[in-house]
Amino acid sequence: MNKENLVGILLELSSTAGVSGDEAAAVKAARSQFSLYTDEVKLDRFGNLIAMKKGEAPPSEKLTLALIAHIDEIGLMVTKIEPGGFLRFTSLGGIDARALPGQAVVVHGKKTVEGVVGATAPHLLSPRDRAKTVPFEKLFIDTGYDDQTLNNYVRVGDTISFIQKPLLLETGKRITGKALDNRAGVAALIFCAAELTGLRHQADLCFIASLQEEVGLRGAITAAYGLKPDLAVAVDVTHGDIPGVDEKKAFKLGDGPALGMGPNFHPPLSLAMQQTAKEYNLPFQVEPIPAHSGTDAWAFQVSREGIPTALLSIPLRYMHTTVELLDIDDLISGGRLLARLAARMNKSYLGELRGC
Amino acid sequence: MLAELCDLRAVSGNEDAVRNYILDKLTAAQVETRVDTMGNLLVSKGKSKRTPVMLSAHMDEVGLMIMSIEKTGLLKFSPVGGIDSRILPGIRVRIGLNGLPGVIGAKPVHLQKKNEQEKPFDEDSLYIDAGFKNSDEAGKYVSVGNFAAFDSTFTEIGNGFYRGKAFDDRAGCLVLLKLLLENNGLAFNAAFTVQEEIGTRGAAVAAYTLEPEAALVVEATAAADTPGTDKEASGTNLGDGPAISVMDSTIMVSRKMREELAEIAEKASLPYQYRRFTGAGTEGGIIALTRGGVETAVLAIPCRYIHSPHSVMKESDFNVALNLVKGWLEQRQ
Amino acid sequence: MTLKDTLKKLTEAYGPSGEEKEVSSLIIGMVKDNADDIFEDNLGNLFVVKKGKGPKVMISAHMDEIGIIVTHIDENGFLRIAPVGGISPRLLVGQRLRFNSGLIGTVYHEKLKELKELDWSKIYLDIGAENLESATKSVKIGDLACLDQPFKEQREGRYMAKSMDDRAGCAVLVEVINRLNGELPQEACFVFSVQEELGLRGAKTAAYRYEPDFGLAVDVTLVGDTPKAPTMAVSLGKGPAIKVKDSSVLCHPAVRRFMIDIADENCIPYQLEVLTRGGTDAGAIHLTREGVPSGAISIPCRYVHTASEVVDKIDLDYAVTLLEKLLLSTWPGTEGLYSR
Repeated sequence: MNKENLVGILLELSSTAGVSGDEAAAVKAARSQFSLYTDEVKLDRFGNLIAMKKGEAPPSEKLTLALIAHIDEIGLMVTKIEPGGFLRFTSLGGIDARALPGQAVVVHGKKTVEGVVGATAPHLLSPRDRAKTVPFEKLFIDTGYDDQTLNNYVRVGDTISFIQKPLLLETGKRITGKALDNRAGVAALIFCAAELTGLRHQADLCFIASLQEEVGLRGAITAAYGLKPDLAVAVDVTHGDIPGVDEKKAFKLGDGPALGMGPNFHPPLSLAMQQTAKEYNLPFQVEPIPAHSGTDAWAFQVSREGIPTALLSIPLRYMHTTVELLDIDDLISGGRLLARLAARMNKSYLGELRGC
Repeated sequence: MLAELCDLRAVSGNEDAVRNYILDKLTAAQVETRVDTMGNLLVSKGKSKRTPVMLSAHMDEVGLMIMSIEKTGLLKFSPVGGIDSRILPGIRVRIGLNGLPGVIGAKPVHLQKKNEQEKPFDEDSLYIDAGFKNSDEAGKYVSVGNFAAFDSTFTEIGNGFYRGKAFDDRAGCLVLLKLLLENNGLAFNAAFTVQEEIGTRGAAVAAYTLEPEAALVVEATAAADTPGTDKEASGTNLGDGPAISVMDSTIMVSRKMREELAEIAEKASLPYQYRRFTGAGTEGGIIALTRGGVETAVLAIPCRYIHSPHSVMKESDFNVALNLVKGWLEQRQ
Repeated sequence: MTLKDTLKKLTEAYGPSGEEKEVSSLIIGMVKDNADDIFEDNLGNLFVVKKGKGPKVMISAHMDEIGIIVTHIDENGFLRIAPVGGISPRLLVGQRLRFNSGLIGTVYHEKLKELKELDWSKIYLDIGAENLESATKSVKIGDLACLDQPFKEQREGRYMAKSMDDRAGCAVLVEVINRLNGELPQEACFVFSVQEELGLRGAKTAAYRYEPDFGLAVDVTLVGDTPKAPTMAVSLGKGPAIKVKDSSVLCHPAVRRFMIDIADENCIPYQLEVLTRGGTDAGAIHLTREGVPSGAISIPCRYVHTASEVVDKIDLDYAVTLLEKLLLSTWPGTEGLYSR
């Protein structure tokens, strides 16, 4: 897969709606890609997308490596339909209410209804009010319908996603759009699966696009239990470098994926990733994480009798907004690294890792 | 042994030193052990017709993680586990496996404005100084992601008191270790767990693996029997014996099991107290909710200035706890 | 027994989280003639099984209620207390609390400059003891107490009591168990769970043990129909709510659709619920093992977690009908459930 293909996949994944709990469209888009490069694609009981790629190991040497990226994105949900055709809403996942006024949205009702998050014009606000944040419960969506018509199309509990066409920026290296957290991770898995069609691998590989990460790693909890892999690597995004953000919490775009270090990760597996990157001349950064990584890795590590787990993160700026921005090269080096790690994984290497 | 255990450094996620220490003792005594993927040390002792009960104590302690190296050679850090950042300025730490010494510096009082002194230091304004000239020199000794532990030495103080770090929960570890090394004919499973301080991570996996019917968590808990604290707010008192938990933020201890513990103590004339606060969590919660549910209780040794380089506990509380746990095991054979 | 009588008996029972025995004994007495199997587990969850072919449905309502726990007894016999579940110290001042022994106490606060200062460390429980010694004869550290308020019918069909959360759900389950006769299209296991108020604890182990194919919780929910209430499209008396979301679960779309279809087919009025805070047993059930597609029926309830929780008979009756019809219908297969 070349860079253009990857960009194309990411642009498609980013423009598809898939807020937590309503990921079907995004899953469908990812599914068609995974089926090109893997042996079997299915949904588990929770709805997680599972793509299996068989390894060459004989039955006695079998092992499974799970690569997991969540496919859900943050969004909103209708809580009430107000007279005048306005919708009240709550958030799905962590959303900064300050970034909402003026956003274009689509309500996934019986009919899809477009709208905008309304805001009082600055002219009508006192200077004091303008200095304040509008709290979540004061915000509303204007659909342009009267409430009777709207009631036919929309119900309480319908999900709402953001409208934002992704864009390849002028340099051809950086992409901006919504839901790059974590369609970037999903794209990296697809890229990895494509890379592996040209490599031999012993381990059975299990690519998971997990649901409901943004509301509490929920898909990962059940996927880890159900699949019982021998090893797992979570692929997610981390904060990119932004002016004014503490350097220790942000990573440079274009300098390669960030590899997690800390209690949430199996130290030998994390080191094996770093080692693999060095051997294949792939750039990476080290991300120290003192406790909860806030990713699916947290759920995988303690599933059943414990799963050695590592984390690879794509640096991304402006997380949880509709203008998330990343460097496509980080995705490529991340995908390659995962493929190389997968290709070298076998029972004896696993034994070495576990023995540490 | 408590002195040796407490002086070892084992910040959550980096428990090797304590695990190896315990492993050595157990191996020397020819006790069979296993280590799971999380790093928990699991030990089965004796043979029993019943499903053996589980004892658990965590090996990890709170500490710091190096997050970045400044151009100046100073090290930025984040806490690992619950640390009151007000205790940090002016303490010594040991970094990494080699125990590189460093201090946590802060702006001297002379250079502070009057109103600055009224507020605690902001965590972002603190750093570790290990004497490096610049980031290049620091990079030779320290890597981002290294752990730093409190630097203090176990000491006996006053009349029967101990001072040191990490009584939470090396005291618990020692209770388990002693019961494993003793020739007491008891059958039970012991879990020396990892990562308790960042969310009882190890215990979740250990309890799933061991599948006990009943479990007793041996912990250290906060005591505030100190000047300026109302009696009703002291939580536990040093010298009144180990504390039986009734409830914490993770568990409602079954009445049956805590009454069982109290009864054993009373019969043996062992002093005990109830833990008189309900906040903070323990491994009890996650163990109790493992698989189809596990009958679980928590017994804790009172400890002043917990989660600091210098906690204080009382020898007699430890000894009573050891006897009480043993009494419980005897009853559960 | 009418639903109202069941509700009165259950709400007046003692059962703070961790000590649900009295409630579970009452329930056993109410359902034992209509159950194929009844058993309890380590934590105190009560399982009532109605046999059937095909998949297994677990229906959960929690028995526990919010309460307090004694943390200290002083020389003068006053008790210091801490919360069991989400209960506000302000709402306790002047309230009567009841221990399992029947002992009654009342809550008041120390001298305060401002009401704002009032927190758990400032209130105490007076049980009428003269001193430490007499207090310890009737109460020990670690004893629990619940609110003490009788069940009242405010007006016809409008019920007020403590612990409607979630004895109302328990009453609905009891009623449905006693109404269902004969073999069901799938096995139904009614779980009266413990320690929900402390974090959905009972439902977690119960679901692990029972391994259901589907989960349903029956619990109360908040309403938005009171003066200047938070925005919420649920009102009292407009039928039970079919849950879409709370902070513990996004209900499985197929289960939710199935519930809506059954309600529509049977002309059962219902509301859709998006609860922005609080969780329910479905949250624990749906993450059990490999995942359990789950939903929830919610009974609209005013003043949740106070001594005077209010529900409406209409909502209860229709919740019973909806649950009964759901269990008499054949549930959809689990394959391909997730697509829109």
